[in-house]
Amino acid sequence: MKKGSMLVSLLVIVFTLLLSACGSTPEQPVEIEVTRIVAGTPEVIMITPTPEVVEAKPFRVAIVMPSSITDAAFSQSMYEGLLAVQEEMGGPEKMEIAYSEGMFNVPDAASAVRDYASQGFDLVIAHGSQYGSSLQQIAPEFPETSFAWGTSLDTFQADGITNVFAYQAEAQEGGYALGVLAAFMSKSGIMGVCGPVEAGDAKLYVDGFVTGATVQNPNATVQKTYTGSFSDVALMASAAETHIQAGADMLTGSSQSVVGAIGIAKDNGAYWFGTQWDQTALAPETVVASQVYDWTGVIKDMIASRQAGVLGNKSYTLTFKNGGLVIQYNPGIDVPADAKAAVDAAIAGIMDGTIDPLKGPVQ
Amino acid sequence: MAELFTLPVLFGIIYSGIRLATPYLYASIGESFSQASGVLNLGVDGIMLMGAYTGFYVGMTSGSLWLGLLAAAITGLLMGLLMAVISVTLKAEQGISGIGLQLFGLGLSTLLFKLTMGGAISISGFPPVRIPLLGNIPYIGEAFFNHNLLVYFAYLLVPIANFVLNKTTLGLKIRAAGQNPQAADTLGVNITLIRYLTVSMGGLMAGIAGASLSIALINLFQENITSGMGFIAVALVYFGGWKPTGVLLGSLLFSFVNAFQLWIQVKGINIPSDFAVMMPYVLTIFALAFAVKRVSAPAALTKIFERGEN
Repeated sequence: MKKGSMLVSLLVIVFTLLLSACGSTPEQPVEIEVTRIVAGTPEVIMITPTPEVVEAKPFRVAIVMPSSITDAAFSQSMYEGLLAVQEEMGGPEKMEIAYSEGMFNVPDAASAVRDYASQGFDLVIAHGSQYGSSLQQIAPEFPETSFAWGTSLDTFQADGITNVFAYQAEAQEGGYALGVLAAFMSKSGIMGVCGPVEAGDAKLYVDGFVTGATVQNPNATVQKTYTGSFSDVALMASAAETHIQAGADMLTGSSQSVVGAIGIAKDNGAYWFGTQWDQTALAPETVVASQVYDWTGVIKDMIASRQAGVLGNKSYTLTFKNGGLVIQYNPGIDVPADAKAAVDAAIAGIMDGTIDPLKGPVQ
Repeated sequence: MAELFTLPVLFGIIYSGIRLATPYLYASIGESFSQASGVLNLGVDGIMLMGAYTGFYVGMTSGSLWLGLLAAAITGLLMGLLMAVISVTLKAEQGISGIGLQLFGLGLSTLLFKLTMGGAISISGFPPVRIPLLGNIPYIGEAFFNHNLLVYFAYLLVPIANFVLNKTTLGLKIRAAGQNPQAADTLGVNITLIRYLTVSMGGLMAGIAGASLSIALINLFQENITSGMGFIAVALVYFGGWKPTGVLLGSLLFSFVNAFQLWIQVKGINIPSDFAVMMPYVLTIFALAFAVKRVSAPAALTKIFERGEN
C-alpha cells in the first residue's frame, strides 16, 4: 500500500462515522421542547438548553429508545405518554423532555443514558428490555437520579439498587381480545401472527392472540412466525406474505418492524390488528383495531414517587383493569356489533379473572 | 412434516424465493463486475439504503415509480463513483473504505428519512404483471409468471451479465484488470477506466437493488430497511465464484431456504423459531466454506493497482 492510502481510508472512516452519527446514533442526546400540540400532532422545535431561562425548576425526564418516536409501536407509545403527562403538568416549563431515538445499538444507548444522568435529569428512561444489564451498571453510579426501564419487572433490588423503576405490559390481555375479534371476522378461519423476537411483551401478545382466536373459534388455524429481529422490516414483510399465501385473511404482529407487514396486508385485502400503539394511520382501510399502551399512569406515579423521595424500587404493569391497556377501534372499518360484544365480554372476563388470556376461560 | 410437501406449499416457497432473491441478484451481479475487475466494494449495503430512500422518496413525491427507479440508479451510480475515487484514484484500502461507504449510506439515508418523512409511509409499488398464457398455468403460473417488472428484470440480467463478462472484449478487459492488471496495462488496457466503470455500474445496480425493496417488494422506506442484505450480496459473489450464473444459484438458494424456514413456522412444524431464522445464514457460511475452495478469486482482488510496480 502506498503511503497516505491508509490516511485517506482513515479520513473516509472518520468522516462517514461523523455523518452516520448525525443520522442514526446521535452521540449528543437531542434536547427538545414541545411547544404546542395541534390535533394530536406534536410540533417540536429543537433548542439547546438555556439554564438562565429556567425560573421554577422543571421536572426533567430523558428517554432513550430503540426505534423512532413515530414508529407507531413501542417507542411512540412511551413518547406520547410523556407528552400527555407534560401537557397535564402545565407544559415544558413544568416538565422537560429530552430523547434519543434509533438506539438499536445497546452500547450507544448506554452512553446516552449515562450522558443524561450526568446532565442531572431527574428521571432517565431506558425504554427497552435490551438495556437492562447496562442500566444495572449505570444506576449505582448516579444514586441521586431515578431510572426506569422495561419491559421488565426487575428493579435490581436484589443487587441493592434502589433508584430503578421497572414497567411491563400484560400484552397477552389485548392479544386475547384482538384474537377473539380476528376469529370473529375471519372468513377463511386462518390467521397469521408476525412475531419479532420470541421474548418479552411480543411473545406475550402472540400467545394471547393465539389463545383468544382458538377459544373464539376452536376450528381456527393460527399460524405464527418469528423473524428473530425487532427491526428486520423486509423479513417481516416476507413472513406476512407467507401467511397470506397459506390462506390467512387476518394478520397481526408486534414490534416496530411490522410496517412492511401491514403494507402486505393492505395490498392483499387482508385485515390487520395492531399492538403497542394505534396503527390505524399506517393503513386506514386495513387496520381494524389496536391494543394501545397507555403509559401516562406509570409516568405520573414515577414522578410523584420521586417527588415524595422514593427514587425507584417500584414496578408497574399495564393491564385492562388499571386502564394501561386500551383497545382502540378504527372508526373507518365496520366491526359487527356482536363482534364488539364478544371483545367486551373477553375484556370483562380478563378483568374479573374468569379468563386467563394465556389459557382461556378459567373453569 | 407431511403438510410441508403439498403443491401449494412447494409453489408458495418457489414464489417467495423468487421474490426474495430479487434485491440480492441486482446487488450481487453489480458487485461481481466490481470484484471481477479487482475492486471489493463492501459498501453495497449503504448504496442499497440510499437507493431505497431516493427511489421511494422520488417515486412518492413525483408519483412516478419509473422516475423513482431512475433516481435510485443515479444515486447508486454516484455512490459507486465515490467508491471508485476513493479506492482507485486515492488508492485507499478497499475493505475499510467500503465499510466507510456503508456507514455513510446508513447515516445519510436515516437522516434524510427523518427530515423528509419522519415516519413510515407506504405507497403502491410496481404491481404484479401476469405473463399471458404462462401465467394461467395452475401453480406454475402463480409461482413463476406473476411478479412485478423489477423481479423479471433481475433474472434477465443474469444472461446479459454473463454475456458481457465472458463473451465481449469489455468483459475480457474487466477480467484482465482483476487477474493481472500489470500485464493488461502493458497491453494498453486502461485499468483505471475499467475499474471506474465496473465500480460505478456496481453502485448503480446496488441502487436499483435498494429501490426493488422500497418501491416493488415492501413499498415503504424505513431506516436500515436492508438489515445487512448488502453484506449477504457481497458474500453471494464469493459463493457464486465471480460468475453471474453462480451468483444466481447462490441468491436462489439463500432465498429459498429463507422462504422455506418461514413456511416451516407457518405450518407449525415444531422447530425453535431461532433455529429456523438461522438456517439461511448457516447454509451460506457452509456453502462459502466449500465454494471458495472450488474456484479461485480474481488474483488482484483488493489489490491497489500501481503502474510500474512489480
